[in-house]
Amino acid sequence: MNNVSAIEIGHPASRQASRWRFWRGELRGSEYTWALAFIVPYIAVFLVFVAYPVVYGLWMGSEVSLYNQLLADPIYQDTVVNTLLYLGLAVNVKMVLALLLSGFFMRPGRWMQALLMIYVLPWAIPGLCGFISIHWMLNGEWGFLNNLLWTLFHIEGAYWLNDRWLALGSGILSHIWKNLPFWTVILLAGRMAIPLDIRDTAKVDGATGVRSFVHITFPLLANLYLTCTLLSTIFTLGDFNTVFFVTGGGPANLTHVLATLGIRNAFDIAQPRLGVAAVMSALPLMIPLVIILMRRLRTAEVQL
Amino acid sequence: MNVTTVDVTTTETTTDVRLTSTHPSPQLQQPHRSMRRRRYLENAAAAVLAAVIIVWTMLPIYNMVMIALKDSGDVFTEHIFPVRPSLDSFGVVLTEGHWYLQNFWRQFGNSIYVSVTTTILTLLLGTLASFSIGRMRIRHGWVVSNTALLTYVIPASFLAIPFYRIMQDYGLSNNPWSVIAAFVMFATPYAIIVFQEYGRSIPIELDESARLDGASPPQLYLRIYLPLMAPALVAIGTYAFLLSWNEYLYQFLLLSSDQSMTVPVALARFLNSDVAPWNYMMATAIIYALPPVALYYAFRGRMRAGLTMGGVKG
Repeated sequence: MNNVSAIEIGHPASRQASRWRFWRGELRGSEYTWALAFIVPYIAVFLVFVAYPVVYGLWMGSEVSLYNQLLADPIYQDTVVNTLLYLGLAVNVKMVLALLLSGFFMRPGRWMQALLMIYVLPWAIPGLCGFISIHWMLNGEWGFLNNLLWTLFHIEGAYWLNDRWLALGSGILSHIWKNLPFWTVILLAGRMAIPLDIRDTAKVDGATGVRSFVHITFPLLANLYLTCTLLSTIFTLGDFNTVFFVTGGGPANLTHVLATLGIRNAFDIAQPRLGVAAVMSALPLMIPLVIILMRRLRTAEVQL
Repeated sequence: MNVTTVDVTTTETTTDVRLTSTHPSPQLQQPHRSMRRRRYLENAAAAVLAAVIIVWTMLPIYNMVMIALKDSGDVFTEHIFPVRPSLDSFGVVLTEGHWYLQNFWRQFGNSIYVSVTTTILTLLLGTLASFSIGRMRIRHGWVVSNTALLTYVIPASFLAIPFYRIMQDYGLSNNPWSVIAAFVMFATPYAIIVFQEYGRSIPIELDESARLDGASPPQLYLRIYLPLMAPALVAIGTYAFLLSWNEYLYQFLLLSSDQSMTVPVALARFLNSDVAPWNYMMATAIIYALPPVALYYAFRGRMRAGLTMGGVKG
């Protein structure tokens, strides 16, 4: 406290008061104590169960030698390629389909409501259930898919999970199967929020179909679409269940993504630091994403 | 599909006949006719798309149900439907009749315990914090909301390894409270975001006039804030319950003993064996999926658009 500026020395009393205001704001006496008491439980739990693990994780993955070890590992190299493919394909295919299908579900009628109820089933059931079903469905010998192909068309199905690219593709499609309904419903809500008079005016002016979409719907949805895409990128990056249950990282560790490779390194080959390093190597991608998202979400509205 | 095409042609010819006979000016009726044809084509395309959506959505779900209805001898065959459908697999699960399912009911109880506790704690911590930030306007509350937002966008699976190590250090392995702590941490940030946003629709004047009448902050919280927040509480309660019921990774890492584990961990354990009893596994999966599906459909309307962000208002 040696570096006190001249202004502060000149006004000792107001400095006291402003510090008071700085901490307490408009709240007086016991009200401030109550406000503090209400927020402290969350802060305490946050420090113990989020801040501490984050710092601990950063410390575990802070050795440079870990990253040299990772980069030399062919499994890690494959994993990076898989993760990028996974993000590029799963996120974009899913979001474009969600955008188009949300327009489809705008159609009026009871049938559409019934269809929507069926359509959200993959999202409603626990991911684990869907993925183990898909895993067994894709079994080359007795899986339902190959049985179906044989019974209906007399086509010999492939051993879907024994080839790297087929298995990776299966993982991506499974991710889309599970998450497409969620994003469709979000974008559907976005479309519904477009005021009716805008849509009606467009219709009167003769804008239908593609033209209405390009000139009216999409410009209004673009913001939401971008936010959802960024959010979905982060969620997909952290998606562990899909790859773990559909391909198990196999065949021969060729279809891991960073989320599953981290767990595999930490628990299957008992090198927790290498696991943390694998996950942390996603930080160059994650940090910009998080910064952009924080800015977008802070100003955004959450509706119930 | 054939029916629709036939329909189109018949209606069109009748319209045609009527047009030529009664209306002298066909040009005027031209748009009407093309619009009708357009509508039929659109409906046909919609029907095709609906069929594709149903097949795509139901394929894995049909597979799950079909295998659960098969008997053990029929699982490793090429039949695409159960030859002798029976509910025996469900019976085996419910009576704990297989050594993988020895403690099924206990594990089911564990799942309920973890999910219900997570829900209550999430609602409690979330409402208290957002009351303090949003209603009492505690100074620097925005730091807490921003931290919550940051926690919301960090993938849970990325924190699993250090979290596991720390729980070992705290001596909480195989303790349901370790996963409860994890789930509360991942559900509360979203709760705070939604509560604060929803709280803005409740006029602050209500609090101010009650304060003038001498109400203390806990009274404001209990008598005014919580009752008016009821719809948001239902939505977030459902969200927290589903999150903890459906999560796998943390429960798998933290709950490994037969007595402490929950249903998803027990379910995934079937995969350890090369010749898993797939029909029992699928039956377990269906029973495990029923509570969240029921809850989801019951509260779907209230949860919908809980996450609609961004300015669609133009």
